Amino acid sequence: MTAEVASPAIETRPGGLWLAFSKNKLSWVGLGLLAAIVLVAIFAPLLAPYDPLEQNIVSRLEPPSAEFWLGTDSYGRDVLSRLIYGARISLVVGFVAILIAMAIGATLGIVAGYIGGLFDQFVMGLLDVMLSFPTLLLGLMIAAMLGASLENLIIAIAVTEIAPFARVARAPTISLKQRDFVEASRSYGSGHLRIMGRHILPNMVSDVVVMSSLWMASAIRTEASLSFIGLGVPPPTPTWGSMIREGFENILDAWWLAVFPSLAILLTVLALNLLGDALRDAADPKSRES
Amino acid sequence: MTGYVLRRLLLAIPTLLVMLTAIFVLVRLVPGDAASVILGDQATAASLQALRVKLGLDQPMHVQYLAFLGDVLTGNLGRSLSSGRSVVQEVAQVLPSTIELALASIAIGLAFGLPLGIAAAIKRNGWIDYVTRLISLLGLSFPAFVSGILMLIVFSIQLGWFPVLGGNSSNMAERLRGLALPALNLGIIMTAYVMRVTRAAMLNVLTEDYIRTARAKGVGPVQLVLQHALRNGLIPIITVVGLYFGTLIGNSVLTEIIFNRPGLGKLILGALNSRDYTLLQGLMIIFAICVIVVNTLTDLAYGLVDPRVKYQ
Repeated sequence: MTAEVASPAIETRPGGLWLAFSKNKLSWVGLGLLAAIVLVAIFAPLLAPYDPLEQNIVSRLEPPSAEFWLGTDSYGRDVLSRLIYGARISLVVGFVAILIAMAIGATLGIVAGYIGGLFDQFVMGLLDVMLSFPTLLLGLMIAAMLGASLENLIIAIAVTEIAPFARVARAPTISLKQRDFVEASRSYGSGHLRIMGRHILPNMVSDVVVMSSLWMASAIRTEASLSFIGLGVPPPTPTWGSMIREGFENILDAWWLAVFPSLAILLTVLALNLLGDALRDAADPKSRES
Repeated sequence: MTGYVLRRLLLAIPTLLVMLTAIFVLVRLVPGDAASVILGDQATAASLQALRVKLGLDQPMHVQYLAFLGDVLTGNLGRSLSSGRSVVQEVAQVLPSTIELALASIAIGLAFGLPLGIAAAIKRNGWIDYVTRLISLLGLSFPAFVSGILMLIVFSIQLGWFPVLGGNSSNMAERLRGLALPALNLGIIMTAYVMRVTRAAMLNVLTEDYIRTARAKGVGPVQLVLQHALRNGLIPIITVVGLYFGTLIGNSVLTEIIFNRPGLGKLILGALNSRDYTLLQGLMIIFAICVIVVNTLTDLAYGLVDPRVKYQ
């Protein structure tokens, strides 16, 4: 066995990653945007001018004005307040779904890469099939079968994101398991679980975390799409996707209903994509070059 | 070439089997069972039992599984519960319209994505490179239904350039006008993907020695890019078009709903709303088959573009 096996994990030390990340201006734009959206979601009760669920028949479908900055919907509810509360659903669904997908996907990837052989081929073949199925349709089918609720929505989205995490976790595992420190640990009598948990996992965490920002963007897109179709969190809870759906139903006479939640989704996804691109470029200088 | 084609076709069989099994399991995960979903909460025990027998749900799992596989392989996907027509008929009726949309958006994606990607790679870090990067960032960030709604508001409702309701007009000009916005909506996303991968592929190829040699031999810039560089950069581009096809079908579901076009999207939404359980299962199977066919075709295209692939 050769002493040095090239590993992608070597270049991604946290210090170097941070340096490369902080030099990129776009990464700061993404980080700033995302921080603002997260703060809005956390402090929603303080920021929202009205109760997002409060209906008011007198002020139905009012265009944006000094009183209602972003207008009101067909129940007379304040669009801005609903938008602010809607950020909570998008972020929570995206974050929790990605955490679940990361836990399951990374475990599958590490175990498949570590064991290798037929098991590896079987698991990766299965995941390839999942990967080739359109994310939105897979989520749609699962959500439709399980029924519309917050938990089911999270499960459906998590399932669609497992395969990419497994792929990213598997590649470094294959090179890590042949490294000297793993060999050394094995010679001390470490079991397989200990080697995977103590030696392989910490060395590839950065690869997985770097990609999670990009996939959270995809998860939030899927959430919005499913809510738009009516498979998301049931009303009256405000979600951006369901707000757009309502706006779509009133599209001829109330443009503001669809436009503002659309922009909110766009900004959030854009922020995560900027952040994710910057993180990936910082972690892998090759992708920055090309 | 024949051997290569045969091998690829054989590889598609286990993939198809896995997908069908997954769909079989997924459908049986429904809380309650198919019969109670179909008949609703008010159903009597007797009618539930009758439907279970009719659907074969009273059989043991392995018998159901084999019957399911047999049905799929003989092209029998059951009958839609709401319309009573066969699933294959329902799909065949709307499929041309979805394919029309998909092909139009792929054409838009290639028409804009290829030249922009090539230009960005040649003039790297120039203004065109930054513009294409911005377009691809936006294109990859917009959920399809969000961009669709914004386009509908701006171009159809505010400016009145395009009809609000698309659809199947027999008049060719009207038909194209109805197709324009939905195709553009999906085409922008496609452009972003194609542009990104074309730029990366070209950057890779342009530094190769044989490009320098060709340039030294006096090959003109146009011929150099199109004949020497692009042809070798085509494989990742074909991969992206092939991979994106699945996403495209997924996105076309939402786009069809927004632009009110007939197609698989409206069929799925209708099946969801009316809890048309056999139609949903049939649609999943058809999607799975489409995805596998496109993946296989993509692999076959590699062999055509790059003769080296065939001998691996």
